[in-house]
Amino acid sequence: MKSMKSGPLVCGAMAAFILISIGGYLIAAENEQVIQITAKRFEYSPKEITLKKGVPVVLEFTSLDRLHGFNCPGLGIRMDIRPGKVNRLRFVPNKVGTFPFHCDNFCGSGHEGMTGTITVTE
Amino acid sequence: MKMDRRDFLKLAGVGSVVFASGLGGIGNLTKRALAAEDDFFFVQLSDTHWGFTGPAINPDATGTLKKAVEAVNNLKIQPDFIMFTGDLTHTTDDDKERKKRLSEFQGIASKLKVKKVRFMPGEHDAGLDEGRAFKQFFGKTHYAFDHKGVHFIVLDNVSDPTSSIGDAQLEWLKADLKKQKKDSRIVVFTHRPLFDLYPDWDWHTRDGAKATDMLMPYANVTVFYGHIHQEHHHNTAHIVHHAAKGLQYPLPAPGSVPVKKPVPWDANQPYKGLGFRSVEAKVKETRYAISEFSVRGEKL
Repeated sequence: MKSMKSGPLVCGAMAAFILISIGGYLIAAENEQVIQITAKRFEYSPKEITLKKGVPVVLEFTSLDRLHGFNCPGLGIRMDIRPGKVNRLRFVPNKVGTFPFHCDNFCGSGHEGMTGTITVTE
Repeated sequence: MKMDRRDFLKLAGVGSVVFASGLGGIGNLTKRALAAEDDFFFVQLSDTHWGFTGPAINPDATGTLKKAVEAVNNLKIQPDFIMFTGDLTHTTDDDKERKKRLSEFQGIASKLKVKKVRFMPGEHDAGLDEGRAFKQFFGKTHYAFDHKGVHFIVLDNVSDPTSSIGDAQLEWLKADLKKQKKDSRIVVFTHRPLFDLYPDWDWHTRDGAKATDMLMPYANVTVFYGHIHQEHHHNTAHIVHHAAKGLQYPLPAPGSVPVKKPVPWDANQPYKGLGFRSVEAKVKETRYAISEFSVRGEKL
């Protein structure tokens, strides 16, 4: 069972061989987990995310105000979070650990505190 | 300006830290335009964050920059020019307040005796409005100039909020470098590091490697930057990068703490970790002598 600390905004697309169509795009594949994350100055919600190693995941980012970024150097993933659209990032966590992420598009006085962590478990 | 070399050495001190800035050495230095009198030095000030408030971090937030200006003015030999490497002001979401801070900063900087003062933005000055307010006060955010045989390039890696230089500016850099010989002395000023110092803390430039790739064929390249509020030295092959202290609050060493936060004020050592530097360019050497100074002008 996947472990999640991410509250009501997080949903798991857990069933095998299910494809979900949103906005005309197929966004989920076999055992793919979908996590919705909102970004606004100067926080992510949720800001702590727990994933399983080897299980594909889609991070769906929505900005509530302006351009933000998501950069998790420890896992080698990043993307721009542009307002007015859902920004999807697919990846497969390939190592166990806790990896900080941060906004890497300067967004104002609290920018440097706009951070979170992804914990990947076995 | 000409300077008496003995006076300069007295100013800089025998113990000045000298950093190799190229593999070429003296033999490869283009000497065509250099004369003995052309030794010079400049002063780098950085990260003044005018408008910052936080008594636990800097109870003299409005006095620190003024003290540094006074200290520079009190240098026995005045530098040929002064370079501010960004984050002149602390960021604000209010456009009017940003302009007010830039104006106040400009007023304080105008008290410097040396009138050849150059500026570049940090992300706090330019990241929220793509540099519009900065340009109103200080002009271009990227430019180049020559001084006594050294080619200086100012790169803007902050006006684009994605921490990027951008393709248009990289094309400009490419064209500018084409005019230089492979053994030209080149100094680059940036705000952010061009290399991946610590991406977890956003201490990098997303397309910085493109710039360093362009600079790599040139034998004598040195980069001076700010952003990280502390002295730091790094090599990318033969390209040397020197980060400067700030003049508002120090930041911890890269990755030394879980969360990057300003280092609190130490009442027993006020202004610790803050300061400015002088950089001496010597005629016959492809390296620069760097001297660090406290806010009050004591040589460290």
